[in-house]
Amino acid sequence: MSTRLDVKKTYKLYIGGKFPRSESGRYLAAKSAAGVHLDNFAHASRKDFRDAVTAARAAVNGWSKATAYNRGQILYRAAEMLQNRAGELVNEIARSTGIRAAAARREVTLAIDRLVHFAGWTDKYQQIFGSVNPVATSHFDFTTPEPTGVVVVLAPDEPSLLALVSLVAPVILSGNTAIVVSSEKFPLPAATFAEILATSDLPGGVVNLLTGKRAELIPHIASHLDVNAIVDGVDDAELSAKLQAGTAINLKRYARRSLAPADWFTVKVENPYWILDTVEFKTAWHPIGV
Amino acid sequence: MKTKPNALKIAGRKSRAGLQNGHPVVPLRERRLNFGDKWDYAPAPEESKNYLIAPRHELFINGKFVKPQSGKHFPSINPATEEKLTEIAHGDAADVDKAVKAARRAYEKVWGKMPGRERGKYLYRIARIIQEKMRELAVLESMDGGKPIKETRDVDLPLVAAHFFYHAGWADKLNYAFPGRTPRPLGVAGQIIPWNFPLLMAAWKIAPALCCGNTVVIKPSKTTSLTLLRLAQIFQEAELPDGVVNVITGVGETGTAIVQHPDVNKIAFTGSTDVGKQLAQMVVGTGKRITLELGGKAANIIFEDAPIDQAIEGIIAGIYFNMGHVCCAGSRLLVQEGIFPTVVRKLRDRIQTLRLGNPLDKNTDIGAINNKPQLEKIRELVQSGADEGAEVVQSRCPLPARGYWYPPTFLTGVTASHRVAQEEIFGPVLSVMTFRTPEEAVERANNTPYGLSAGVWTDKGSKIFKIVSQLRAGVVWANTYNKFDPTSPFGGYKESGFGREGGLQGLAAYSRLD
Amino acid sequence: MKTSARLRPGGQTPTLRSATFPPVAATQRRITPQTTVDQVMVEERAGAFAKRSIKTSAKLAGLKLAISMMDLTTLEGKDTPGKVAYLCRKALQPAAPKYGVPPCAAVCVYPNMVKYARKFLGDGSPVKVASVATGFPSGQYPLRTKLDEVRRAVGDSADEIDMVIDRGAFLDGDYAKVFDEIASVKEASGPAHLKVILETGELVTYDNVRLASEIAMQAGADFIKTSTGKIQPAATMPVTLVMLEAIRDHFFATGVRIGMKPAGGIRNAKQALAYLVMVKETLGDDWLTPDRFRFGASTLVNDVLMQIARTVDGNYQGSDYFSLP
Repeated sequence: MSTRLDVKKTYKLYIGGKFPRSESGRYLAAKSAAGVHLDNFAHASRKDFRDAVTAARAAVNGWSKATAYNRGQILYRAAEMLQNRAGELVNEIARSTGIRAAAARREVTLAIDRLVHFAGWTDKYQQIFGSVNPVATSHFDFTTPEPTGVVVVLAPDEPSLLALVSLVAPVILSGNTAIVVSSEKFPLPAATFAEILATSDLPGGVVNLLTGKRAELIPHIASHLDVNAIVDGVDDAELSAKLQAGTAINLKRYARRSLAPADWFTVKVENPYWILDTVEFKTAWHPIGV
Repeated sequence: MKTKPNALKIAGRKSRAGLQNGHPVVPLRERRLNFGDKWDYAPAPEESKNYLIAPRHELFINGKFVKPQSGKHFPSINPATEEKLTEIAHGDAADVDKAVKAARRAYEKVWGKMPGRERGKYLYRIARIIQEKMRELAVLESMDGGKPIKETRDVDLPLVAAHFFYHAGWADKLNYAFPGRTPRPLGVAGQIIPWNFPLLMAAWKIAPALCCGNTVVIKPSKTTSLTLLRLAQIFQEAELPDGVVNVITGVGETGTAIVQHPDVNKIAFTGSTDVGKQLAQMVVGTGKRITLELGGKAANIIFEDAPIDQAIEGIIAGIYFNMGHVCCAGSRLLVQEGIFPTVVRKLRDRIQTLRLGNPLDKNTDIGAINNKPQLEKIRELVQSGADEGAEVVQSRCPLPARGYWYPPTFLTGVTASHRVAQEEIFGPVLSVMTFRTPEEAVERANNTPYGLSAGVWTDKGSKIFKIVSQLRAGVVWANTYNKFDPTSPFGGYKESGFGREGGLQGLAAYSRLD
Repeated sequence: MKTSARLRPGGQTPTLRSATFPPVAATQRRITPQTTVDQVMVEERAGAFAKRSIKTSAKLAGLKLAISMMDLTTLEGKDTPGKVAYLCRKALQPAAPKYGVPPCAAVCVYPNMVKYARKFLGDGSPVKVASVATGFPSGQYPLRTKLDEVRRAVGDSADEIDMVIDRGAFLDGDYAKVFDEIASVKEASGPAHLKVILETGELVTYDNVRLASEIAMQAGADFIKTSTGKIQPAATMPVTLVMLEAIRDHFFATGVRIGMKPAGGIRNAKQALAYLVMVKETLGDDWLTPDRFRFGASTLVNDVLMQIARTVDGNYQGSDYFSLP
């Protein structure tokens, strides 16, 4: 009597719209909260990070020039795809973290709604945060927010999906591209979410995902001259200090989001001011006169 | 090797044989472009057999299609063929009352209390289904109203979907739209829309109303009810709660019944200035909020330093898009005198390449006039122009035997005192006038009781901003025309109405901010 | 705009032929300012032509017209007489006789290959021999050698010369020099018709394309052409539209009809038809002829033939059934 053997999946990185293995050839074993071996996943190296930054930089021009409407459509599509594969994510979260299926389902549902929420901001935040300025000379003067460029986003360990989604959406909706460093303890939901992004018409390079060990990547993140901003969702003071050192190197913008795991489930997180952390305000003048 | 200067022929000099560098030189008076039938386009009809139109349509009240109280229906025809398409329900005051009651119930029990996030998701669903059914809706709109499929497919329908998407995103963010205020819905909105952009006007009205938490009773024009009724089916498919949107088809009196119903909190009307004034009068003293989007007689100003060929395209788009059935149409062309002959020549050539005919043919640029009374009005006004001494230039395109058609036309030698310079023609007719200085252009552009839109064509940036600030119009297009976007507020000054639709400012019409 | 006042070798002060540029045509008694082009609108208008739906009989007629307008091109360092032979044969008879396809307008080759093309085609062929010249594609060579090239190609019996303008001079603002060179090449071309390649990909802005078009036409071009095909972008619909509009205004100012040739970047039948729609609706019937409009292409021909065959036979075609040029 033969039983069927399962085909096991190796979880890879997501860089430039493709799923490469780590150039270092290393892997880590994902374990459940109870210590049971789940699957193997790629252990990102500093060269993977370097490649991810290159991919993100290459994607900035196209993504920032896409219409706000188009970016909103793509984020909404990601919500549709996540809704469609919700069961898969629920399974990944539950088997990784050990929480009950109902709690995992609550997390996934909120992640979907959060994507929908931020999809709706792409073509509105400019109207709220931009302005036409009544200068005292005969000039038409306006201020408009523009994306800052390439942003590194660090996701906390819990909640492994919801926090990542809530951190990334406000960054990319304005036209930035992102390199996401996933939860270190529970990377599998993030890796699965990357697959969902890849099938949501999101251009390659707009979001890149690295799984592995944060400590290894931090010095390179802090010192990379082609990274414009860091959004730090990991609630760790030591890490934060190391990342902020990056500001001294090339004036990287740094935003810290220290939230307790339960906070990510609240509407506090649906915060348009988070969008402002990765935009620059451009003011332009033009004379009024014949 | 040195070349000898005097051996060269320089372009611009004619040689004795009437040749220049071996090319024949066409004498001045014979220089014409020949838009003949050397390479004719074959018919390219959009596939329409698969979209069935039911022989009779009913009212949409409380989530279901129901017969009108009176039991009466009236025919709706295809203006391109004069064939009957279907029968539309004749709603009266009793039906309006049923609809308002349903809307009130839905507002109090479901919609007004629903969290913005969930309202938004309904609107997203509706937007998605519209995207899926875009082709069918475009074909229906063309058949019902006479518009070319090229426009319904490429302009109207994408904008319809975009309006629902944009407003879907506002539903849970209204707290940010009004600094210092927590906005609340008004309640039940009564909306009356015209026949020139039937589905798009429905989107402009329904999307913001729903996004802000209101429920709706809406009446389409009697000649174009089909796409709104199809939209009602989409509401069913999206599982929009019963009574949130109700559609009462009918005639003028049906609209009046909506405006006069005591349990309607807000009126929104798009249509003629005359009717708009009557409705404004009706709501005096009732406490009802009202917004009006009425007629226009927009000036399209073209300066000598404009990029000329693109300006011509803008003028053409400004007046011949949708057969000129556009409230913001650039119906008065103000040309700087120095370039008048060039502009007229280019316009004359350009209208010859506009194709008029079957709205369902993908190559048609100019479709049918929506209804007979409108066609008669256009004819009357153009005749008045001729009678008053203007010169009429018309495309020589053949007109089909059946249906309501009017060729692209412009009148030159028009002055401000001509009727065709003052009255809204609402047809493919352009009145061409001249000016000498920017000041005069602005003065003439503003010299009208209307104030919906205007256009400015010049290469000089500072001039654009100066003119924009001086024009008394709600929408000014510089170096472009007839551009619409859900994020961009639209509405008029003076007798073109009040209130804005779209954008941040458009949300105020559907919210209570006290 | 600088006018050239440098002394030529030989010590004579040249007549500044271009000093009256822009020449005031007899019909226009005013100085016209430089014509500018609005990018957004011109791109929109160009896009509208591609939306025309050309079906059945109109499609077949248009595709055959497109073939008759093609300059089949080979411009590679590795060209040989053998390659040119294939090209000439394809131009003479692009497809099986049952499809009723006319011969192409011309073959376009490097100066060294002109005599072989003439040998394969013979005298009096319906297919013309066009030669690129003037230091194609860069044009960064002394005028003296460029003119010599032209004369030799014409001597080898080229019917048409495709020259390149001096983009360096243009971008440097030396419009007079650009004008003078074109005029010199026109003289050197003798009986051959002259196409002037603007290399619009290097001019970049539509304003520049418009100005270069006007300079070329006033200096004696018989055709204005977009590109060498050696850089990206090559021909595009909006660039072609700007040039057609310049031709239109030139016609009304002077009474002369100049031809136009987009080259490079037109890969399939659908695009070719869109270009024909653009010509028809911008300039009208008088330009819908190989005498006034050409396509510079190499891979385009077989895609157009496949579409012709599909329209005639009713089924989708495969490239195995069409000979390579």
